[in-house]
Amino acid sequence: MLILHCPYCGVDCEEAELAPGGEAHLKRFGPGSSDTDFEGYMFARKNPKGVHFERWRHAYGCGKWFLAARCTATLEVFGTYKAQNSVPHPDVIAAVKARRPDWEGYK
Amino acid sequence: MSHRLSTGGRLIDRKKPLSFSFNGKSMQGFAGDTLAAALLGAGQTMVGRSFKYHRPRGIVASGVEEPNALVGLGQGDRFEPDQRTTTTELFEGAVTKSQNHWPSLEFDVGEINDKFYRLLPAGFYYKTFMFPRFAWKHLFEPIVRQSAGLGAVPKEADPDRYEQAYAFCDVVVAGGGVSGLAAALREAKAGKRVIVMEQTAHWGGRAVVDGGQIDGHDAEGWVRDAVAALEGMDNVTLMTRTMMSGQYDHGYIVGYQSVADTTPGDGRPRHRLWRIRTKMTIAANGAIERPLSFYGNDIPGVMLASAVRDYVVNWAVAPGKRTVIVTNNDDAYRTALALLDAGLEVPAVVDARDNVNSALIAAVKARGVKVMTGHGIAKVKGRKSVTGVEICRQAGEGTVVNEIACDCVAMSGGWSPIVHLWSHCGGKLNWDEANAMFRPDQTRPATGADGQAMVQIVGAANGDLGLSQIMGSFGIGAASEEEAPIEAVWVMPAGAPPALRFKSFLDYQNDVKVSDVQLAAREGYESVEHTKRYTTLGMATDQGKLSNINGLAVLSDALGRAIPATGTTTFRPPYTPISFGAITGEARGELFQPLRRTPMHAWHEARGAHWEPVGQWRRPYCYPRGNETHREAVNREILNARTNVGLLDASTLGKIVVKGPDAGKFLDMLYTNMMSTLGIGKCRYGLMCNENGFLSDDGVVVRIDEDTWLCHTTSGGADRIHGWMEDWLQCEWWDWKVYTANLTEQFAQVAVVGPKARMLLEKLGGMDVSKEALPFMTFKDGVLGGFNARIYRISFSGELSYEIAVPANEGAAFWEALNAAGEEFGVMPYGTEGLHVMRAEKGFIMIGDETDGTVIPQDLGLGWAISKKKEDYLGKRAQARSHMTDPGRWKLVGLETLDGSVLPDGVYAVAEGHNPNGQRNVQGRVTSTYYSPTLGKGIAMGLVKHGPDRMGEVLDFPADEGKVIKARIVDAVFYDKAGEKQDV
Amino acid sequence: MGNRRYSMFAVAREAMRFHAGWERAWKSPEPKKRYDVVVVGAGGHGLATAYYLGKVHGITNVAVIEKGWLGGGNTGRNTTIIRSNYLQDPSAAIYEKARGLYEDLSQDLNYNVMFSPRGLLMLAQSEHEMRGYKRTVYANNLQGVETRWIERNEVKDLVPIINIDGPRYPVLGALYQERGGTARHDAVAWGYARGCSNMGMDIIQQCEVTGVRTENGKVVGVDTSKGSIDCGKLAMVVAGHSSVLAEMAGFRLPIESAALQAWVSEPIKPCMDVVVMANLVHGYMSQSDKGEMVIGGGTDGFNNYTQRGSWHHVEETVRALVETFPMISRLKMLRQWGGIVDMTGDRSPILSKTPVENIFVNCGWGTGGFKSIPGSGWAMAELVAKGEPGPLAADFGLNRFIEGRFIDESVAAGVAH
Repeated sequence: MLILHCPYCGVDCEEAELAPGGEAHLKRFGPGSSDTDFEGYMFARKNPKGVHFERWRHAYGCGKWFLAARCTATLEVFGTYKAQNSVPHPDVIAAVKARRPDWEGYK
Repeated sequence: MSHRLSTGGRLIDRKKPLSFSFNGKSMQGFAGDTLAAALLGAGQTMVGRSFKYHRPRGIVASGVEEPNALVGLGQGDRFEPDQRTTTTELFEGAVTKSQNHWPSLEFDVGEINDKFYRLLPAGFYYKTFMFPRFAWKHLFEPIVRQSAGLGAVPKEADPDRYEQAYAFCDVVVAGGGVSGLAAALREAKAGKRVIVMEQTAHWGGRAVVDGGQIDGHDAEGWVRDAVAALEGMDNVTLMTRTMMSGQYDHGYIVGYQSVADTTPGDGRPRHRLWRIRTKMTIAANGAIERPLSFYGNDIPGVMLASAVRDYVVNWAVAPGKRTVIVTNNDDAYRTALALLDAGLEVPAVVDARDNVNSALIAAVKARGVKVMTGHGIAKVKGRKSVTGVEICRQAGEGTVVNEIACDCVAMSGGWSPIVHLWSHCGGKLNWDEANAMFRPDQTRPATGADGQAMVQIVGAANGDLGLSQIMGSFGIGAASEEEAPIEAVWVMPAGAPPALRFKSFLDYQNDVKVSDVQLAAREGYESVEHTKRYTTLGMATDQGKLSNINGLAVLSDALGRAIPATGTTTFRPPYTPISFGAITGEARGELFQPLRRTPMHAWHEARGAHWEPVGQWRRPYCYPRGNETHREAVNREILNARTNVGLLDASTLGKIVVKGPDAGKFLDMLYTNMMSTLGIGKCRYGLMCNENGFLSDDGVVVRIDEDTWLCHTTSGGADRIHGWMEDWLQCEWWDWKVYTANLTEQFAQVAVVGPKARMLLEKLGGMDVSKEALPFMTFKDGVLGGFNARIYRISFSGELSYEIAVPANEGAAFWEALNAAGEEFGVMPYGTEGLHVMRAEKGFIMIGDETDGTVIPQDLGLGWAISKKKEDYLGKRAQARSHMTDPGRWKLVGLETLDGSVLPDGVYAVAEGHNPNGQRNVQGRVTSTYYSPTLGKGIAMGLVKHGPDRMGEVLDFPADEGKVIKARIVDAVFYDKAGEKQDV
Repeated sequence: MGNRRYSMFAVAREAMRFHAGWERAWKSPEPKKRYDVVVVGAGGHGLATAYYLGKVHGITNVAVIEKGWLGGGNTGRNTTIIRSNYLQDPSAAIYEKARGLYEDLSQDLNYNVMFSPRGLLMLAQSEHEMRGYKRTVYANNLQGVETRWIERNEVKDLVPIINIDGPRYPVLGALYQERGGTARHDAVAWGYARGCSNMGMDIIQQCEVTGVRTENGKVVGVDTSKGSIDCGKLAMVVAGHSSVLAEMAGFRLPIESAALQAWVSEPIKPCMDVVVMANLVHGYMSQSDKGEMVIGGGTDGFNNYTQRGSWHHVEETVRALVETFPMISRLKMLRQWGGIVDMTGDRSPILSKTPVENIFVNCGWGTGGFKSIPGSGWAMAELVAKGEPGPLAADFGLNRFIEGRFIDESVAAGVAH
């Protein structure tokens, strides 16, 4: 049962208040894109055993989407940040590196 | 023979005798007894039968680890199987029955399995019962099933209620023994909010039975003072009869509280389930004594040494008059002293260790007890009760050197820390060779959201067994006897031949013996998980609390491997079984899920509506009158709407406002249609697809003003679509200036449908609803019959139709007003089925019928609703993929049976031949099918390969019982093809 | 090499000497330098793949390597349901192939996997669900899968402990597969392992793959914790860890790993002979031969490799089942556990060639893995042996995600356990 900090309303949310939304920072490919790019956007997932950047919505709270960096092997949460970021927030990158010195970085 | 002692008993109140029954026999105990204590006190040593061999079994333990003494408790709708007597408090009138025997506990036919034990080793069923093929299902499995199972089956719904509670704190302490109390005091004094859970009704754990000095007091006195101190602190909550069931991730705790188990029917919740978020858990739930593995260690009267001590000291019950003690450690000597203090006989202590001495041993010897070091038990004699033991050298193969008559055997194989809570979320263990136990590795705890430890473990649970060691870890002085070291003994005697090992039990309930584990090892089931599953070791209701360590030690020995290399099985919640009732809480019956009601719900209910669940809504399916069948009611409602006027409660329709300078641009992305160009005051039917191209929702969009649109969605889709909008606005187009609000429940909505709809509204008055003032596909705000109303000229039935929204709190009155005003026009309500049939008559699609998550708008002839001018909309790129543009996709058509009958729901149209997997080829399927009362025949819609190009062709639909129904491909619009009726 | 046949007589003979003569069910060798085929993953699917490679295609120079213990993943963690009442043709074909193989599996393997075709019901609790299941029945009849629609009274006859009268979601009827049921999950893995071992294949446990070696876009071997192993072909059959292995080989899969939970009650005497699935309220239950009520929960919505699920799913499912079977309220939950399921974009499995030549992948079974083991192994063996998918695997290729040709089973039922 996870707890994630909502960067909008400042609440530490219970998992039951949240709706998960899968991998974060996907780049949308629309009309005109190649088959491979479109398939990648829709389906190819990193699904790492380790540091994962992902989307959550504070669905039964403020209703806002936010992003989290979380370890899928230990469930440690490195940080959360607002959804309006196309790449991981530098503070969160630093927080992950501090806890996982061997981490290869965001790819 | 067990009996009640005339004096003593810390926990019982002799002034409060309680009556109960066991297998119909009336018995007496005292307030403070557990069922097990009361049974033993009443002389009942045999209390059950084992799972596989149906061997007679007695009480082994005094706590949660008890594998044998389970009973069916209660009667009728309050019957509960598999109730553990050692943890169930006695109450007046308790009705108990032993389990797993036929016809009676004393004489059990199933005991024949024990005679054939050699034919029934571990895993025998994997090697047998295979021939002939049908025999497993029809012959062997029924026998296995009938003989397996344990408790009787509850027959009725549970009349009791259950409660769930939340709490938040800094520290949860699991266990109210001396280490738990010391931990709680430490944390509470540091200002932490502390919850202490103790699974029994009493504080103090083992120390109050075993004695010793803490901080200058006797243990009992220290415990009393500690509890009083904690009770006096505002930041501490003490809970007895509350078991910490599980440690979950990020500090989530589930606790299980017994509230009214001993007062059935008193109106209070029977159990309370606690869901707690804590920053830290301190596991202080002690250790469990291990049995020793010798021949006949399961005969009633063979018990854990600590349990014997508990029964004597806590409940003044003597499990036997003459008790032989067998041990590999010093602790069991405390049992000898307790028995002697109670005036009971201890003919011998059989100690597997050679040349061992300590203060405790000396104390026992000083009381005149024979101590036989270097010895073990070769055999326990007796069948339904212990009559004596044969003694042998532990180092040998079981040659009998002595025989001692006795009626009880108290055994101790050492202690295993209870590491469950430490391990639930991944805390690791180390093997402690000197103390022969797995104990927590303090460097590898379970970690929480911050990656730091979220569980601490203290006291015996941490492997600290001596009182001075335990209290010393809290900086509190304590005195207890120095003990000689334990010597690991896994099989007794060490060289036990097969004949002994085949009757040396590891898992009592599941009848797993030393020989079974050795067999598993021999056959290559060398992982501890393989052995567990092959032999069923540790899979009984005690989940291996007694058997696991002994079992994996035997396995390691058989494999010639060190114990830590074998490892343990995984510790999983719950720590002890918890009721499904408690997990359910109040959410049962009407409260199972929230029920969404429209403002007109009560009216429908009063008119006898037949309900259809639609998501969490209830919608009237139809309103049967008199003896009408549902079918007849639906037909009547439809014909009335087509000839007079019908009313549909459409309040469940989703209503989402989308507003802002970029709202039009946003809706152009969301819908396949162009919505930005929709004129103010106009309505447009729109389609939404997901990014995968599939049609996901539809509904009428209206433009209210320059910046504001209102999007209608399907009843089931409102929340999903609103979430979908927010997802795109927040995560993709966050710079677009758009605001959304889901107003579904803010408005009641009524469809007024039929040729006389206008007359009805005109009668209500207040708004011009003429064709000229309110043309088809427009809307208008105004006051209608005194109600603030917005009227949409839209039609899902093909009739002249108005959908009218009023504020939700005026919905019921508005509905009543429509009914009253409509009386002279023959107004009738109609339900969802009428809605469905009328839309099918018109060839309108229904999300969920014509669509199923695999259908794109192009399949449904809805190309007209896909804007060709837009560069992009959600789903557009997906619809360009090769399979989506395949001309062979099935397309929407109408279907008419040649004989006018109604096609069954979901039938397929077959094509010639079979596919490479031998499946019949198909070329289409029915998506909606109804009897049309309007047309007096069956009508259907379906998806057919090249369908629109094959008008008039007849397809074969194999239906039930080999019948093939022939149906012709026709236009999907069956009624008023020109659309003249709706646009009047 | 061959292991002695199991039979009642063999057990009786061994009984005379306290079962001292039983041999290992499977051997536990050190890896050889090279194999024709290396199968990664000794769960049910990997072992079945190896078994049919030998049995059907005569390829026996095979190693099955496993980082833990064979059968220790989802094979040993599921709720053992076997059914083939799927809606879409490709699914119905492979699950029915599996179900058919289960019918004879005990005899084929000479290991009693206790396949029990006791019957399986999917309850319809809304008009919509009812229509979906009726459609499934018609589809199944054309697919050669025996199912039928039964009315609510017949549901009650088959399941006396059920409450068909709601109050919230009355039972309207059910989709019934009479030859669906359960089997003993561990025995399936053990039986296949023994079968593979008897054909001379090597089952290498405690051997973790640390790298995949390729040359010119073609696989040549794997690096493992027990050294480097060369192979002609590589079959990846590792369920929830597929993405991790694919990453080593340099490609990505349309897979996400999530926790799925199950639990059992304390054992009671037999009271329910069929498997009941109530998909509208998200619960399903059967009773094991030991007497435990076996219950499966919902899948967590977030990526997770911990084999621990979220508690609220347990509450949701138990509520649904207490509603459906009110008598279980006074039973107790004995043990809960979790597994990591590999969910694909369309929730249907992948049996496919990959961007790397001679690497084949079998994954994405999600919540439907156990029931498909024999069919999955059969189809995968054909794919590996021939290098091209046969008819059973043809529709399950990775290319379907590019083409938009999905196999979506959520159409008829909300869940696909």
